[in-house]
Amino acid sequence: MNIPENLLYTKDHEWAKIEGDKATIGITDFAQHSLGDITFIDLPKPGAKVEQSKWCATVESVKAASDVYAPLSGEVLKANTELTNHPELVNKSAYDAGWFAVIKIADLEEKNKLMNSVQYKEYVQGLSK
Amino acid sequence: MPIQYSGIIEEHNWVRKYAGLFDICHMGEFMVQADLAKSNFGNLVTINLEGMPKGVCRYGFMLNEQGGIIDDLLVYRIDKAEWMVVVNAATSDGDFAHLKKHFTGARSLENVSQTLGKLDLQGPLSADVLESLVGADIKNLKYYTFSYFNLLGEKIIISRTGYTGELGYELYMPNDKIPQLWDKLLSDKRVKPIGLGARDTLRLEMGYSLYGQDIDKNTTPLEAGLGNFIDWNKEFIGKSSLLKQKQNGAFRRMICFLADSRRSPRHNYRIIYKDRDIGSVTSGSFSPSLGAGIGMGYVKDQITLGEQVTLSESSISINAKVTHKPFYKNGSAKSGEIK
Repeated sequence: MNIPENLLYTKDHEWAKIEGDKATIGITDFAQHSLGDITFIDLPKPGAKVEQSKWCATVESVKAASDVYAPLSGEVLKANTELTNHPELVNKSAYDAGWFAVIKIADLEEKNKLMNSVQYKEYVQGLSK
Repeated sequence: MPIQYSGIIEEHNWVRKYAGLFDICHMGEFMVQADLAKSNFGNLVTINLEGMPKGVCRYGFMLNEQGGIIDDLLVYRIDKAEWMVVVNAATSDGDFAHLKKHFTGARSLENVSQTLGKLDLQGPLSADVLESLVGADIKNLKYYTFSYFNLLGEKIIISRTGYTGELGYELYMPNDKIPQLWDKLLSDKRVKPIGLGARDTLRLEMGYSLYGQDIDKNTTPLEAGLGNFIDWNKEFIGKSSLLKQKQNGAFRRMICFLADSRRSPRHNYRIIYKDRDIGSVTSGSFSPSLGAGIGMGYVKDQITLGEQVTLSESSISINAKVTHKPFYKNGSAKSGEIK
């Protein structure tokens, strides 16, 4: 299971990479693996306001449609439009080419509610027990 | 049978291009000895049994008095008065009880589901793969026919049938030899194991109904658009109800739809037509071959091909066009000439 050290994580298996007042967000390797082949992603639109732990995107796989929740609150600056025609990038590269959106962080304090890579790794290991 | 082995889309595409192996041992099989002139076998299924030559199998239904589908099934004519009936797993006990209750004049009726296993080999290369195991005769089998072949020391039925739209075969092997047959077939590099997920996307691309999801005891073959699997020239259980439904004309019908995006309609999504809720989706999926959402469901209105519908659930709304089956039109199943 790939869990990069420089990211923060939610219990719903989203990740956030904080750089200054911006954050790139996506879903984790664990999430893409559980979903299976991803076939469609409904991304947040630039300009949209997202709220921590609230719905921000929908991911569809052959098996099911799943909601994705924003790891942090903020305004969407850009979305990864590559995923519109190539949603399988999330399966291939969940932390890199498969990013969902970049947001302008509304409240940096919210990062305290997220897990670091060590905590997330323990959390995921606990789930599979 | 797991949901997937290597991944649903990869498995799906493998079957469309090469050959995939499905473990279908859960299906039910009944051996029937019944002379059509001396028994009522013909009344128990919708299939024209009289007109079936030896070595032919046919698809049809077992109906209740209301015309509802107790099960969809295949009947194999082994000999003049000898048959094999292949039914769905979840319904097999109920089917057998129904047959026992209504059969008169059968010489024997045996449920062999526990001892007879089945593997399906499906895909354009399946004939080549089987040829190396059972000989060139496999290539003489026509669509919806079967024969006996020697394999692993057993004389087994292989039929040219399947649930994928590709050239393919169903192999009926005693359960204790299934693991050996499984390994033997997979030792051919052209063959990969296929799970339930791809089984579902493959059958849905062909518009084939899945029992328990698209059809059940509360739906009739007419509603499901499967009236061509009924022999109207004989008596059968459920016939009078179906005739009434036919006369009445006003009944829900199965439609097929193709989404204008990669978004997948799913079971129980509402079907909206001109702002009215006219029915619900029974099966829906992303179609790996078409790269778009596809599905089917029952609607109460008459809708013509090409009309627009919306498939929706809470915030999700998918635009789609009413189309006809199969969604995928390049299947190799009926290819008359196998090289």
